[in-house]
Amino acid sequence: MQPIKPETRQAVTDSAVSVRNVSKVYGDVQALKDLTLEFPRGELTSLLGPSGCGKTTLLKIIAGLLPATSGEIEVNGQKVTGPGPDRSFVFQDFALLPWASVLRNVAFGLELRGVAKSEREAIAEKYIREVGLAGFEKKFPHQLSGGMRQRVGLARALSVNAQVLLLDEPFSAVDEQTRRKFQEDLLQLVKNEKKTFIFVTHSIEEAVYVSDQIAILLPRPSRVSEIIRPSSFRDKSVDNIRRDPEYLDIVDRIWASLRSYVE
Amino acid sequence: MTRHRPLLLKLLSALIVFGAWEIAGRIPVSYAFPTFLDSMAALARMTFDGSIFVAYAETLQPLVVGVAISAVFGIGLGLWIGLSKGFEWLFSPIFIVMQAAPLAALIPILVMVYGIGLTSKVFVVCIMAMPVIVLNTASAVRNTPASLKEMATSFLARDRDVLLKIILPAASPVIFSGLRLGVSAGFIGAILSELKITPTGVGDIITYSRSIADYPSMYAAIFSIILLAVIFLNLLEKLENVLFEGNNRGYAAD
Amino acid sequence: MTLLGYRLPALSSLIIWALLWEVVGRLGLTFFIPPFSEVVATLVGLIPTRAFLNALWVTAYAFLAGVFFAIVIGIPIGILMGKNRIIDELLLPWVNIFLSAPLTALVPVLMVLFGFGTKTVIITTTLFAIWIIILNARAGVRQINRSLVEMARSFGASPLDAFVKIYFWAALPEILGGVRIGVIRAVKGVIIGQLLISIVGFGALFELYSSQFLMAEFWAVLIVLFGLAFALSEFLAYLERKVSYYAASR
Repeated sequence: MQPIKPETRQAVTDSAVSVRNVSKVYGDVQALKDLTLEFPRGELTSLLGPSGCGKTTLLKIIAGLLPATSGEIEVNGQKVTGPGPDRSFVFQDFALLPWASVLRNVAFGLELRGVAKSEREAIAEKYIREVGLAGFEKKFPHQLSGGMRQRVGLARALSVNAQVLLLDEPFSAVDEQTRRKFQEDLLQLVKNEKKTFIFVTHSIEEAVYVSDQIAILLPRPSRVSEIIRPSSFRDKSVDNIRRDPEYLDIVDRIWASLRSYVE
Repeated sequence: MTRHRPLLLKLLSALIVFGAWEIAGRIPVSYAFPTFLDSMAALARMTFDGSIFVAYAETLQPLVVGVAISAVFGIGLGLWIGLSKGFEWLFSPIFIVMQAAPLAALIPILVMVYGIGLTSKVFVVCIMAMPVIVLNTASAVRNTPASLKEMATSFLARDRDVLLKIILPAASPVIFSGLRLGVSAGFIGAILSELKITPTGVGDIITYSRSIADYPSMYAAIFSIILLAVIFLNLLEKLENVLFEGNNRGYAAD
Repeated sequence: MTLLGYRLPALSSLIIWALLWEVVGRLGLTFFIPPFSEVVATLVGLIPTRAFLNALWVTAYAFLAGVFFAIVIGIPIGILMGKNRIIDELLLPWVNIFLSAPLTALVPVLMVLFGFGTKTVIITTTLFAIWIIILNARAGVRQINRSLVEMARSFGASPLDAFVKIYFWAALPEILGGVRIGVIRAVKGVIIGQLLISIVGFGALFELYSSQFLMAEFWAVLIVLFGLAFALSEFLAYLERKVSYYAASR
């Protein structure tokens, strides 16, 4: 459970996403400075840090929604110049079309790619079932609870079959119990889908619970302070993780290092 | 009582106001103040002899034409202003000034240029209705939730898709309410032009019955046009609520 | 809008429109549009004249009186409606009706009841402005945080204290918003009233200029009117922003 430096990690596994020397400057604010990070294929990596540490900025740069001021991003060896079909995004505020049904919302990514209606609806229905919303296809976002809305957002991101899923604090707008259920489902999803997940959160427990790798970002300017790879509890059942000694140790250690950055 | 309370109170409220009108007319507070019942009788008479329908056919003509023109040009211009910074800089000051200005003062010039016919009246309706339609459309376009546009971009939407599938549907409730406000301003324009330019339609009934001191008919005509406008605008508002139910909700947790 | 790296100030495009006006006027395309420079020159000469100052004074008087009554009557009614359910339910339908009704249609009635003079113009102005003021004051009172009122009562505030120190201030951003929209409507009301009566203030001036085809004079008066109306609405928007700093944090 020693922190492993980015250089050593690179050698160990094959990376789906590589972030190299990325800086981002807004006016005269340096949001990210010379940040380098590898995201192993098929695993879930959390970006964890206090607010203002630039974790959402980094995620949006990976998504191609924001340009980096300098440095480069590679996804599967391809340089990122903008949004691409290899990545899909799950939004903090869900970003659902309020005028469209659940079915159309989930199929929206495919609709934009020009997939025929019957085909994209068949795919959407499959993922609606997968996230547990079967029977809600005809409902509209305002008829759903916050948690169900984010399931729609998740199904939309899955339906375009991107290799990399980018999740921007996806559970921050849902209540605590729903959130726990989501975290369990997310673990299942990582296991089944064989995709690379990049997960932004500000909850220490959440990051430790769901992640194969946790990158701790510290603010002003944002940099990676350490990378933690939990080892012993990843294969345990969802019910046993929270009482695993390693889980508790990591949570405590992260809190100790972040404590001084909380106002 | 409790279940019908809102309705009962509305009836009571109407009873008080119309009762006060009736009493004020009976005293009378002025030789030119007919009672409520006399006015309603005059309205019934005009309804049964059909004269009110003939009048409305004429009054509504510039209103319908003017609102239609304003809707097409106003929404078009508003979209353009909302989408292009340069266009916004060039055009929005004109409409912002128009929104605050007493545009009725343009009527004498319109009459000089276009005479006293239908054209002038349509113009009056247009200048009244256009600013609110343009400004509402433009601000609706500008206020499209950024996260929806970002979402579409992240799923590889082209500019055309963003406009047609995100911006337009997201803006349509505000555009519609701009149209409703435009219709409301258009009513003012239509009536103003009939009273100021040439008395036709309902304006003719008002002006003529005033000149022969037939006050019940005059009050009846005014009552009917206000009633018509209020009912129509209320229907538009109901339609708005039905069409866009839930459109403004359903973003983050609410 | 930026040009060559400079931020162009808002409204600076009006200069372009004025230039366009000048060009159209110089080309002599239509008798009805004299060059902008000629209108401005006329404007400068017109302002000190007795006829103009008189029209301005009559209009300002009717406008201020109309707004005064709209505020003094409207705000208390609105606060009362916000606090008392019965009054609210009895009055609200009528406030809503008059808010969307084409009040222009009532001017002929006012003319036969109150004569062809300033009194009618004042009442028209009040009628245009008052409904939105009532509605906003009502909305302002209704959104007041209950715990604020309970705080005042728990510290022993009398009803009058609560009214002066809590209700008024807590509802102030909404009230001012209503006054701003009401004032803009009042400007329209005062001009519509004068136009229909045609023998007072700017209404009489417009009648005079249009009957003698004095286009430059006509446009000059329009510019003054529109300019004043716009300046007034911007000034009120500025005031509203000064108060609304606490609107979000109540």
